[in-house]
Order: sequence, then C-alpha cells, then structure tokens
Amino acid sequence: MIKIVNNKAWFLVLPVFAVVAFSVVLPLMTVVNYSVQDSFGNNQFFWNGVGWFQDLLDPSKELGGRFFDSLWRNLLFSGIILAIEIPLGIAIALAMPREGWSVALSLVLMALPLLIPWNVVGTIWQVFARSDIGLLGWAVNNLGIDYNYTGHTLDAWITLVVMDVWHWTSLVALLCYAGLKSIPDAYYQAARIDGASRWAVFRTIQLPKMRRVLLIAVLLRFMDSFMIYTEPFVLTGGGPGNATTFLSIDLVKLALGQFDLGKAAAMSLVYNLIILAVCWVFYTVMTSADAKAERVEA
Amino acid sequence: MSDVVAIRPALPGNVSDAGQGAFNRALAPSRVNGRTLVMALYLLFLMLPIYWLINMSLKTNTEISTTMTLWPRDITFEHYRKIFTDASWYGGYINSLTYVVINTVLSISLALPAAYAFSRYRFLGDKHLFFWLLSNRMAPPAVFALPFFNLYSAIGLFDTPWAVALAHCLFNVPLAVWILEGFMSGVPREIDETAAIDGYSFPRFFIRIFMPLIASGIGVAAFFCFMFSWVELLLARTLTSVNAKPIAATMTRTVSAAGMDWGLLAAAGVLTIVPGALVIWFVRNYIAKGFALGRV
Repeated sequence: MIKIVNNKAWFLVLPVFAVVAFSVVLPLMTVVNYSVQDSFGNNQFFWNGVGWFQDLLDPSKELGGRFFDSLWRNLLFSGIILAIEIPLGIAIALAMPREGWSVALSLVLMALPLLIPWNVVGTIWQVFARSDIGLLGWAVNNLGIDYNYTGHTLDAWITLVVMDVWHWTSLVALLCYAGLKSIPDAYYQAARIDGASRWAVFRTIQLPKMRRVLLIAVLLRFMDSFMIYTEPFVLTGGGPGNATTFLSIDLVKLALGQFDLGKAAAMSLVYNLIILAVCWVFYTVMTSADAKAERVEA
Repeated sequence: MSDVVAIRPALPGNVSDAGQGAFNRALAPSRVNGRTLVMALYLLFLMLPIYWLINMSLKTNTEISTTMTLWPRDITFEHYRKIFTDASWYGGYINSLTYVVINTVLSISLALPAAYAFSRYRFLGDKHLFFWLLSNRMAPPAVFALPFFNLYSAIGLFDTPWAVALAHCLFNVPLAVWILEGFMSGVPREIDETAAIDGYSFPRFFIRIFMPLIASGIGVAAFFCFMFSWVELLLARTLTSVNAKPIAATMTRTVSAAGMDWGLLAAAGVLTIVPGALVIWFVRNYIAKGFALGRV
C-alpha cells in the first residue's frame, strides 16, 4: 500500500510511545545506573565504572564463568529445540487434514498447548514425568530405564526438550499450514501435468512458499526459548545442580535471589543487547525478503 | 455510509478454502493413511499430558500416592470444591483476571490509533519505532523484573493489579500494534477517502466505519493480549505479594511447600486452561496470524 507522508501521524502514536517509554526506557535507565555501581547494602552506592562488564565478559572470573555457562546452555537448548521443532512442524503441517470437520478439530486441539499458562505447562510435565505419580516416568521406569528428571542431568534435559516440543511445535505447524494454504491451485495442477514427484512438489513449490513463515517461526522460537524462564523454573528449578540454569533463571537468581544489583544489571544489559542484535538481523532479513517479493509481484 | 460498508474487503488471515482440493489431489491416495497416522500420533502426544492432569485432578490424594491408575477409580470433585470455596485459591483467579482485563483494554485502546498511523502514513522515524516495538515484544521479562519492582514500589503501585497490568504492556502493547497493523493494512485506503468525502470526521469514521471493518482483528489482538498476560508468571509474581497475588504464583508457592497436594495443584492447573479453551474455537483460524504478530 502506498503510504502518505504525514508527520501529524505522530499524535496517533504518542500514547503508545509514552507507555512503552515508561515501561522500557525508565527501567532500562535504572539498570544502566546499577551496572556501573557497587553497593554494600544500606543504599550506599560506589562508582565501579565498567568493572562489572569486565568481570562478566571474562570467562575466568566467577561472574563471567557463570554467565558464559548459562549462555552456552541456553544456546544449546535453543539449537536443539529448533532442530526438532522446525522439521517436525513442517511434517505436521503437511500431514494436517485439508477439509471437513477434522480441520477445525485439529486446529483447536493443536492450539491448546499454546494457550496453557507457562507455569501450568511446567506443572503438567511435572505430574506427567515424575516416576512415582506420572504416567511417563512410571512407564519409562517400568521398561527398565532408570529415569529421574530431578536427579539426572540428561533426563532433565530430555524432559525439558520434550516439554518444549510439546508446547511449541504446534506454533511452527500452524504457521507452516498458513503458508501452505496460500499456495494457489494452479501450482499443484502444473506440477501434476509435469509429473512432478511428491518430493519435487515439496522442494520447488511448498518449501519456497513457506520460507517467510519459517523465518517468522525460527525468530519466534529462538527468542522465546532464549528467554525461557517459567517452564524450567517450575519443572527443574534450574537443577540438578546448575544443569538447566538458563540465562533468565540465572539472572533472576542473581537479581532477586542474591540482590546483587551491579552484577545483575551488567548481565541484563548484555543479555538485552544480544536479543536486540538477533532481533535486528531477523527484522532486516524479513523486510528485505518482503521488498524482494513485492518487486517480483510488481 | 452503506456504500462504504458495501465494499467490505476480505480480511487477510480469513483463510478461504480455495486451493485445498488440488492439494489433496496432489497427494497419492496411499499417502493419506500415513498422513492421518502422523496427525493422530501427534494429537495423542499433545493430549496425553493434558489428560493426565485432568485425571490427577479427579483422583483422591491417597489414590495418587499409593497406586498407578489410568483413570480415577474413585472419582472426586473435592479439589475443585476446595478451590471454589477457599478465598486464597479463588482469589488468585480473580486477581489474575483483574490485571489481565485491565491490560487487554489498555493495550488495545492505546494500540488502535498507533496501528492506524503505521498502516496509513509515513512519518519521521516510523520504521525505527516499529522495530523498537518489536524488540520490546522480544525483551526478556527477567531483565525487567528488578527495575519494575523498584519502579512500581516507588510510585506506590506494588501489589496492585495496576502494577502487573502496566508491566505487561511491555510486550502486549507492541503485540497489539503489530497484529492490528497487519489487519488494518488489509483494508483498502479508498474506504478512508470515501468516508472523508462523505463528510465523516476522523474520530467518527474511525469508530463508526473503520473499527467494525477490522472487528475480527480487534478480537484477535484482544485474545492474544489476554493470553500473553494470562500465561506470564515472572513479572506477575515479582510485582505482587499478598493482595494482588495471581493464581500462577499461588500454584508455584504450593509447589515449594513440603508435602504436596498434587490433586489440588492439578485441579488449579485445569482451571487455568479453561479460559483459553473456551475462546479457542472462535480464533482457530487466526492463531498463526496472532502469534506471527499479524505477519502471515
């Protein structure tokens, strides 16, 4: 759509700008303020310059070691769930029914996990995976596998990954399904006339048409898994030990548990900058892809 | 006015059924069974943990702790009765609903004019502002927990529904702006121009003509604001202590207590799923669009 240049439109945006500035800029300024100071309680603050940032970015220091540990853990987690959820989501989208009452039923059932409060997702998997009261834990243990997600690191990770796959694969699938539905009839007819194989249809028609929604799916899943807090907090509490302490859990421990304001603030800022950078990359890729698509259509 | 409404456009996301026939035909009949099987297994995987939660909520605690039963032998509604009669439990639901509703109303009413501006006009810094909004939707709540705690304590809103409602604006206002912008861009601007020629003032045009046209978009945006505020725990828990304690916090604090009441916890969990499950039918075709911030 051709948009008119009109700077008076700022008046329409002003309320949003004011509220978001109040919710974001003001708190972030407090964080910046804390990040360059040290406190010994009693509201006494001392200038510490970039000291916290130096500690944070140096893996040999206590703070830096802890930060990089949870950062790698979090990146590993995000990588694993993306590697599972994206292909699985595509497969589910391709397997979804296309007409009749089963479409609506599948849509509703698939969307259900997406709408469950995150702490309840944790609770559901807690009661499902515990070996004493949960169906999954009980069944796996009866198969002769010693499974205990509160005790074994690997079991905790597997449970978290399965939980996230359970929680969010539907989102990827629903996005891909929306992409698939936008493919016109004629494409498939042409493919049929050409005698294209199922794989060729997927590679040359369906996948390119899903590129845009897949980009959005990767962005959303990466961001949300990179700031995951509630589900592992309820399920494992970051344990056993620190095995599932992801960035957000670590930050909350530091900020609200130990009330270590300076360290927490420095970590917050670096964490936020990483998010901002990734977000910007995706936004640029997406807008340039859109611009290219518009040029092709025009 | 009737002229304007007559050219009601097909809203994007209002997915039509066209194109499905060929899709089916493109697949060999032998594949259909495989597809149904994949789908059935996936839905089973999704439903099993939820079934287990419901199952647990209907069992007595003795049955939960002593035996492994696939369905309740001795069905009981005791846990639900306790939640609906104990103020510390049902109060949690009321507190959660209070801040969620305040937040939804606030987010939508702020976002409507802004989304219109983004969809219709170019202005100084519009692209940067739009991206800045997106980056706030993606910002980790953990970063904001501590400064929000300080901020809302300082202005005396700590432990009120308003603190949580305002805090959730952090991600819900950007979300509403993006979703509404997506829907509004599907409405041709000729409608605006026709209305202006017909002598409608901007506010009258916006409320009488434009808002009915994007009614489904407003519904979807409201649903997603409601949902994201309903599912969030960290900020809601940090900004409340006693008076405005949300149900999510009530549940996690029970978890940390020794000697767990699993049946009660499961019943509370089931009840938190109810609001989403009730409206899911009406938004089923818009779920992808809503999660993708109106970009699909």
